[in-house]
Amino acid sequence: MIKGNFIDNLPKVYGIYTGGFLAFIIIMSIGEQMGMTAKLIGICFVAFTVAIYAIIGYLSRTAQADAYYVAGRQVPTVFNGMATAADWMSGASFVAMAGGIYFKGYGYMALLVGWTGGYVLVASLLAPYLRKFGCYTVPDFIGTRYGGNLTRFLAVVVLTVASFTYVTAQINATGTIASVALDIPFQYAVYVGLISILLCSMLGGMRGVTWTQVAQYIVLIIAYLLPVFWISNKMGAGFFPHFMLADEVSRIAELEAQFGFVKNSAENLKEVPKGLAGITKAHSAVNATPWAFISLALAMMMGTASLPHVMMRYFTTPSVKAARKSVGWSLFFIFLLYSSAPMLATLSKLSLIDPSLPTGIIGKSIADVQAIDWYQNWNQANLMFVSDFNGNGTLELNEFFMGGKAVVLATPEIAGLPYVISGLVAAGGMAAAMSTADGLILAIANAISHDVYYKIIDPKAETAKRLVVARVLLVVIGFAGATIAAMEIQGILGSVIWAFDFAMSGLFFPLVLGVWWKRANREGAIAGMALGLASGMGYLIWVRNGGSGFLGITQLTFGIFGSAVSLVSMVVVSLITSEPNAATQRMVDEVRVPSGRSIIGKQ
Amino acid sequence: MSKQEQHWEKTRGLLMMTLAIWFVFSIGIFLFGAEMNEVTGPFGYPLTYWFTCQGSLGIFVILIFWFANRQEKIDEEFGFSERGDD
Repeated sequence: MIKGNFIDNLPKVYGIYTGGFLAFIIIMSIGEQMGMTAKLIGICFVAFTVAIYAIIGYLSRTAQADAYYVAGRQVPTVFNGMATAADWMSGASFVAMAGGIYFKGYGYMALLVGWTGGYVLVASLLAPYLRKFGCYTVPDFIGTRYGGNLTRFLAVVVLTVASFTYVTAQINATGTIASVALDIPFQYAVYVGLISILLCSMLGGMRGVTWTQVAQYIVLIIAYLLPVFWISNKMGAGFFPHFMLADEVSRIAELEAQFGFVKNSAENLKEVPKGLAGITKAHSAVNATPWAFISLALAMMMGTASLPHVMMRYFTTPSVKAARKSVGWSLFFIFLLYSSAPMLATLSKLSLIDPSLPTGIIGKSIADVQAIDWYQNWNQANLMFVSDFNGNGTLELNEFFMGGKAVVLATPEIAGLPYVISGLVAAGGMAAAMSTADGLILAIANAISHDVYYKIIDPKAETAKRLVVARVLLVVIGFAGATIAAMEIQGILGSVIWAFDFAMSGLFFPLVLGVWWKRANREGAIAGMALGLASGMGYLIWVRNGGSGFLGITQLTFGIFGSAVSLVSMVVVSLITSEPNAATQRMVDEVRVPSGRSIIGKQ
Repeated sequence: MSKQEQHWEKTRGLLMMTLAIWFVFSIGIFLFGAEMNEVTGPFGYPLTYWFTCQGSLGIFVILIFWFANRQEKIDEEFGFSERGDD
């Protein structure tokens, strides 16, 4: 079924799929009218969508290395764009981003700029050249360009450190959603999430992941945009929020000035459950220093260009030309969600704090707020909390606390949308976390099976054996990730940002200079990767253990230090050792030209 | 200078231009974030705020498509473009 003319029929196949999903939403809302419980709707949404992904994963099964590693290099630009967008937008983007903007305002928006601006670097510096190279994995490029098993191995190490940090957060997110939607304990829900993830990727590898990611993008974008537009209309804020929320933004600024940001005493804050925060920063005013903003944006941009699970998506396009265009489409599809997150944060905040709106709770009596249905629900879920610190019986801005996830999860309910929307949002969050987890687990398993097992340990292994090894690794890495996720060490967002810093510390300059600087050689690359990763990690450990840091580089931007060390050591070591041989230089020349055979050739 | 060297020189020129525009909208303007936010931007949002939630993001999308088209033209000019598929 998925062969040959499947590619030509893609618009039709996904058109029918989208129509089917919309029909499912309508059926669920009819079900809600007829008395289906909220719990049942949630279960239906998550179970139905995950079942569809599993079917796609099964239909995409393959026994060919080319299909397993790079989806046969025939994914059209627009669809690859959607798959990349799903690959990219994690559970954190979906569930936590609007919350981050809600609480931290401008200082947090650096992430939006960084997570989009990085694609300009991907398109101009790397993706087309790595596509021309014809590699299966990112370490494949490093190993072939610089030569030697040590470079290949170091690239696998950096890739694994960065991706593994990231993937535990994603499995954690699937577990959180599965545990809420299916009403099972988190420790088990993590493994339910993991099995759903593996169903998509085990049989079909990159091909299976590609076609499920397209399906997941469609679910997640509908689940994000529909509530934003609906809430905006319902509040009378404008039918197209992106262009029409200026009044709401200035109204929030007005209210902030009126209420003031009162600082709570440490003693009062002890009462507040862990993980919840109050509104302490201005919504639209510039509340961070230029360097704090720029350093975070820069770290995220360079990290974006070094994360292997994104880069390998551009290995699946039919041509170099298509790889470039595909980056543009990826960012377009990401833009649709990212530009909506600040709008959702604005709507959510205004609906809660404006006393002149029926949903506003600031200024009401504490007892009234505690009697509201949705407050009780979310208070029970440990995502909302109020307390009368000053004892005047009225809720003040500094007496209201919320969890970051509540902005996406609770706003539809607060605005009075039907429960079907909450079910839809759960399915969207699940899609976002699953698609990213799949991309990451596949990136790690492919790098270890292709670069360590096939290229270093057993170069004579047959395809069937290689693919068995790849699948075994997939399961092992997935379970390792789930086990760590079940221990709940870091919050979702913290570990996501670290992944970017690790990736840029070790891989950014070895990748970029591999294409753009012919003089870069093996010794330089080894120094760049090893010292870059080691110094970045050292800096993180130092700051985490009370170190003061320098130049305003924090534990969120330690990649700036790591990559600077990587650049300097790579250039210095390259220059004091001999230049790469003639064959390598010819190879770099060929990479720079789109036409002609790929470097590694058809395998 | 060989055809290939000329092609690479033009490609590098395009890269520099792309990175310059990228630099302005990802880093440059945020050096003056506080000052710029006093100005009213498109759709009535404060200007810096608008750039962080729509402006810079949208410009990056356009920039990548523009870059891809320019690079294709350069490849065609030197006969290095791939045949057929898209």
